Amino acid sequence: MDKFTKITGVACPINQANLNTDQILPARYLKWTRAQGIGKVLFQDLRFDAEGNEKPDFPINKPEWRNAKIVVGARNFGCGSSREAAVYALYDYGVRVVIAPSYGDIFSGNAVQNGLVTAIVADEEAAEIMGALSRTPNLPVTVDLEEQTIVCGNGTYQFTIDPVRRMRLLNGWDDIALTESYRDRIAAFKAEDRAARPWAIPRSGA
Amino acid sequence: MNQPQTIIDKLWSAHEILRREDGNSLLWVDRHYVHEGSFHAFGKLAARGVKVAEPGLTFGVADHYVPTRGSRQNIANPELARMVRQVEENTAQHGVKLFGLDDPRQGIVHVVGPEQGLTLPGLLIVCGDSHTSTHGALGAYAFGIGASEVAHVLMTQTIWQKKPKRLRVTVDGKAAPGISGKDIVLAIIAYIGADGATGCAVEFAGSAIQALSIEGRLTLCNMSIEAGARCGMVAPDQTTFAYLKGRPYVPNGTEFDKAVEVWSKLTTDSGAQFDQDVTLDANAIAPIVTWGTSPEDALPIDASVPDPAREANEDRAKYLRGALEYMGIAPGKKLTDIAVDRVFIGSCTNSRIEDLRAAAAVLAGRTSKVPGLVSAGSTLIKQQAEQEGLDRIFRDAGLEWGESGCSMCVGINGDLVAPGERCASTTNRNFRGRQGPGARTHLMSPAMVAAAAVAGHLADVRPLLAGRKV
Repeated sequence: MDKFTKITGVACPINQANLNTDQILPARYLKWTRAQGIGKVLFQDLRFDAEGNEKPDFPINKPEWRNAKIVVGARNFGCGSSREAAVYALYDYGVRVVIAPSYGDIFSGNAVQNGLVTAIVADEEAAEIMGALSRTPNLPVTVDLEEQTIVCGNGTYQFTIDPVRRMRLLNGWDDIALTESYRDRIAAFKAEDRAARPWAIPRSGA
Repeated sequence: MNQPQTIIDKLWSAHEILRREDGNSLLWVDRHYVHEGSFHAFGKLAARGVKVAEPGLTFGVADHYVPTRGSRQNIANPELARMVRQVEENTAQHGVKLFGLDDPRQGIVHVVGPEQGLTLPGLLIVCGDSHTSTHGALGAYAFGIGASEVAHVLMTQTIWQKKPKRLRVTVDGKAAPGISGKDIVLAIIAYIGADGATGCAVEFAGSAIQALSIEGRLTLCNMSIEAGARCGMVAPDQTTFAYLKGRPYVPNGTEFDKAVEVWSKLTTDSGAQFDQDVTLDANAIAPIVTWGTSPEDALPIDASVPDPAREANEDRAKYLRGALEYMGIAPGKKLTDIAVDRVFIGSCTNSRIEDLRAAAAVLAGRTSKVPGLVSAGSTLIKQQAEQEGLDRIFRDAGLEWGESGCSMCVGINGDLVAPGERCASTTNRNFRGRQGPGARTHLMSPAMVAAAAVAGHLADVRPLLAGRKV
């Protein structure tokens, strides 16, 4: 996983509460492997009509936001289905940071596994950033993970992110390696647990 | 003297292998369920050249992509066939038991787990599916995970988590006849919002919850994710133990009695503190339907949809306009004036025998005004329903009686609602395009779907139950 420290780039506001992972990546693309180009179908049904024509009003279709590296959203971003491919779609499209007041738990967990930053700001701050971007669409936005700051025009905002996730993103850590370092503790737990909770093992011969 | 603990604390600490200074805990996983969608994770194992750490604690099903019509042994659609073959190969390669299409126990993962007795009180259960919260109905700590975490669990049988906040949702009182677990959970989501439980583990408590059957509790916990919850659970009790006794994978004989002794202690101690408490009155809950594009857009059937013109908050008004436009409903319209084009009874939310019985009780001797599909939650439930003659009731009413799978809840097996079509559905998500691009979904209980079928529009089931045994 790539390390993340700081990024400056185009930020696209998508002012929609409860933007769920079905909308980020419709279910019919779930059988695709990542190599098939999942980034191309990000927000597919929001970006295109049934005939495949671009919907010009959807923010990321607008020329000034097409190359977004940052998406600014509303509350409960990425709620719904656990599909990690929603994160693949965002990342492979080129998005490295989402800024929103809150996230679906599973989505933000998936994000950190793939180097996508989920920055949390207050409702009013998200609205303010989206407002500034709507007025000045090409306003560059800088997200600094070390400082936990967002700079957007004249505004500077402090964002929050789980400290463990922040460290993992900064270092590009993979948690399998971390877990492997606790191999002995896991084995000891398992041995003790098998004795203490024999009923937790599925009955054999079923 | 020990601190009084919540059920959430008890389940958490029983699985905590270690807690790092940074607050991250490594948890032991008792059951890991995989399905066709787990191919990304198996791919990660293949890339590292490693095997599944605990194949005996890992169980596979074929559910998301399986057809509900036509041959299931020779699947006509090559893409669906490939997805099913993939889970067969992945599980076989790692020595993981699969409830595949050739197995009479096949069904939806969140139906099969409890039905087979794989899901037990006190277990920590994960699956790469957000509705894994379902299993909490039996007093398990169960949550959905993403593909990277699925790979991690396959490789280590553990998962990193931060302890969530503890939320108790208490529903006291007596639900009226015709009010089901679905109505209760939709009422909860409408009340606390689609993110009302984000970051929380939820215990559902109170007399109305205790009065629910296991099927009702499974529906309730299934939809805790629709309030954003990490997991939802109901403390195990006599209803739980009676449900579990004799199921294939449940301990038997004296082992069962010993387990019950342990499970009986998995309740919240009196005086234990939650981070947050929410209370609802069951007596006030009417049959509920959703009108919009989020499960929080839920109202009692006798209400009217909102009117954006009367909404003071501009953001909210914009949301209402967008949702009503997508749903094709005029502002302020009475819910019972909304005509439906199709019905669906099925999904991990509402496809169990009790759900089918509830729908059949309404449909018996009546005709559906619209086409529809009924898909039992498992092949065993399908067989049981046929023994009870429920399939005849559905067929006589004009509905299709399909095979078991995720089907029209998510539509990836090809069971789709056509663009612009309106579906009364027992599923869990009314998201835009969830049942197919442009599909319009109204969520409700199985009995309410049956009522909509009979009436041809959203309808209160209660008058239709008059004089009937339910």
